[in-house]
Amino acid sequence: MTQDAPALEAFVARAGGQGAALAETGLPTRRVEAWRYTPLRTIAETAWQKAASLSSETVGALLDALPLPETGARVVYGNGQLLSALSALPEAVQQASENVSPLKGVFSATLNAALGAKGLDIRVPAGTDAGLLTLVSLCDGQDVSTHLQHRIVLEEGASLTLYDVGAGEGRYIANPRFDIVVGKGATLRHVKLQRESLSATHLAIVSVDVAEKSEYDSFTLNQGGSLARHEAVVTLGAAHAIAHVNGVQIVDGQRLNDLTSMIHHAAPDGSSRQTVKTVLSDAGQGVFQGKILVDRVAQKTDGYQMNQALLLSEKAQINSKPELEIYADDVKCSHGATVGALDDEQLFYLRSRGVPEAEARDILVRAFLIDALDLVTHEGLRDLLLRSITS
Amino acid sequence: MPAVTETRETVEKLAKSSYEWGFETDIEMDIAPKGLNEETVRLISERKGEPQWMLDWRLKAFRAWLEMEEPTWAHIHHPPIDYQDAHYFAQPKKKPGPKSLDEVDPELLRTYAKLGIPLHEQALLAGVEGAEERLPVAVDAVFDSVSVATTFRKTLAEAGVIFCPISDAIREHPELVQKYLGTVVPVADNFFGALNSAVFTDGSFVYIPEGVRCPMELSTYFRINARNTGQFERTLIIAEDRATVSYLEGCTAPQRDENQLHAAVVELIAMEDASIKYSTVQNWYPGDDEGRGGIYNFVTKRGICRGARSKISWTQVETGSAITWKYPSCVLAGEGSVGEFYSVAVTNNHQQADTGTKMIHLAPNTRSTIIAKTISAGKSDSTYRGLVRMQPKARNARNFTQCDSLLIGDQCGAHTVPYIESRNMTARVEHEATTSKISEDQLFYCRSRGLSEEDAVGLIVNGFCREVLKELPMEFAVEAQKLLQISLEGSVG
Repeated sequence: MTQDAPALEAFVARAGGQGAALAETGLPTRRVEAWRYTPLRTIAETAWQKAASLSSETVGALLDALPLPETGARVVYGNGQLLSALSALPEAVQQASENVSPLKGVFSATLNAALGAKGLDIRVPAGTDAGLLTLVSLCDGQDVSTHLQHRIVLEEGASLTLYDVGAGEGRYIANPRFDIVVGKGATLRHVKLQRESLSATHLAIVSVDVAEKSEYDSFTLNQGGSLARHEAVVTLGAAHAIAHVNGVQIVDGQRLNDLTSMIHHAAPDGSSRQTVKTVLSDAGQGVFQGKILVDRVAQKTDGYQMNQALLLSEKAQINSKPELEIYADDVKCSHGATVGALDDEQLFYLRSRGVPEAEARDILVRAFLIDALDLVTHEGLRDLLLRSITS
Repeated sequence: MPAVTETRETVEKLAKSSYEWGFETDIEMDIAPKGLNEETVRLISERKGEPQWMLDWRLKAFRAWLEMEEPTWAHIHHPPIDYQDAHYFAQPKKKPGPKSLDEVDPELLRTYAKLGIPLHEQALLAGVEGAEERLPVAVDAVFDSVSVATTFRKTLAEAGVIFCPISDAIREHPELVQKYLGTVVPVADNFFGALNSAVFTDGSFVYIPEGVRCPMELSTYFRINARNTGQFERTLIIAEDRATVSYLEGCTAPQRDENQLHAAVVELIAMEDASIKYSTVQNWYPGDDEGRGGIYNFVTKRGICRGARSKISWTQVETGSAITWKYPSCVLAGEGSVGEFYSVAVTNNHQQADTGTKMIHLAPNTRSTIIAKTISAGKSDSTYRGLVRMQPKARNARNFTQCDSLLIGDQCGAHTVPYIESRNMTARVEHEATTSKISEDQLFYCRSRGLSEEDAVGLIVNGFCREVLKELPMEFAVEAQKLLQISLEGSVG
């Protein structure tokens, strides 16, 4: 623990009475198992300050650069503040006023709990389909940080598609927390586009409770940030719950992108699917840590996890840790992982048919990623993510 | 009756039957007082008649150990170990060599008989004069801490092979020991490795000179015998250019009521085109059905493929011990070198196993294969923990990993924790893992063809482990199957 780091001092000072837990844990070092591949020393030396309000010009410019849907409701936050003029909730959605639940032992959540500012707090009433909601969180500043706390509750049989976009300019920390409850028979589609500034640090933590016969279907495109971790803790707390925790990471330059997840089967007959693909070029670093935990009571669990990395340059590196922890015997759980470069034979095939080398490579990388992108069930959003990758 | 119900009943039945090979031999011992400090280290070194450099090496390890903390990352739980509450040295009292088997301590012979050692081999082991005759297997029995006798030393010596207790090697071949000891597992490598370096009392030393194919399988029976003596074995195997050796390590242990710490270190060094095959069948006392009294097995095993095209292959069948903490690893430093790890780990009752391997690819065109089969029954917990690392120079390196877990009963756990780290784009890593129970379809298929429930399950489980068992040398395959029967067959059928 680096107790004396300026970052920690600044955070704790800003947190006031809320900072005790943060002061106690400190910034995780590489010796902390969950952070062994994602060193936070890059943020330790900066005294991160509260971000100031954004001008409407800045907001406009940032929004223009993003692949956003034409339809559906949109809520925009700028440097941690709700921009009411640009925001409207879907009609069917109710404003709620609940606090996010505590989540212990996860650094991103501890940091968020200490400094958290109220974000989205909504409830989708029973039996309603609230359609598409786009949530844009923008940041612009130097050595500032935002810590939005969102809470989303879907009542019985409700459904919602959440398009969750993070982007910005400058050197900042975006540390959003999502606390999600998917009620009985409800469906939440959570499609995330992480396109933070290339100097930014993104530490997102999503915790989801999935109820009986309900579904949490998520996809994360990790594409920006100097250091970006998307962490999901998904609990299948009742029978026949379904979770999809898919993602794609595209890492270049000196950047590090990290997808960490814990899928906790705490009830019988649950099913979880996870496909994560990472493409690495330059000196990019990719991290995947995916754990499937199956409790003793979670009989008949069906868990599958696939994690693949494609290395396109000599200096790129991938660290992958797919993990199974299983206490029930009547289960079917498997995971697979592959790491490698583009297949020479496939390249040769394309080249021999007259496709130039660069184009042939593009085709193969695209083919590698499309496999995963096809898992985005909302067609419009899938196209937007594809556009984001192609740009 | 459904297979699972029957299985559970059989597990319970089995758990109640006491450990078949648990027996204790009462032989006069020369025991050091309890406790661990620099004096203990000096005493061990002095009793073994070691040169100054060896003592210095031990002290360096001991001082490093004092600064280290016991690791907590493994998926195991046990009451804290009091390192001061153990004897660190026990040696059978020396007697003049017996003239025939009649003069040998009957207790010792009884132990050999229970180990299944043939009579003429017993004579060799007991040091009976004129008993040497050529046999296909050389046995170096470690009878608590000190090798009572080593067979076939002469025969092997004719081939130029050195196979002796490491304490003899320290005296007789100091230049070799000094050159290689601690080069694969440095004194301060890890907590248990450092402890071993400070207080190891015996173990085996094998040296295969250039171009020599070792004329026989080398084998060591490890035994833990006296009460409250920690067993700290140290094994060092060196295969020079184009040398080949197959080494077998097998263990059974007497029943006892106190947990007993075992922290062995094994180092393998393979030079150019050399090949080392290291096979283990481990069946130490796992504790009673409440999990009390079993052996704590904290082992560091590591080999380095130093030369080009060298090969190190680890095969293990782990059925015993209350706790197993063991990661036989390969450092692939020679171009085109090969590392292999084949493992069957069976846990039952309250046993805990956290085992796996590390494959560190340093050089181009290196290859590694990991096949790990985990079977958990009763209230046990079993973890595969492995690391595959491709360093920047590991061009065109390959790894294939397969981890399969079988759960028997709903009170056990099976876990898979692989770490995959690649820093070379041309390196290729493939990993797959599955966890399941015995398929009802397969059971039904076998049953419908007239196999009894027990035979059917036995067949399926045997098939599950086949990829690993076939890697064992013939001499060991039989023993391994016997052990699987004892610890596994009963629990699944």
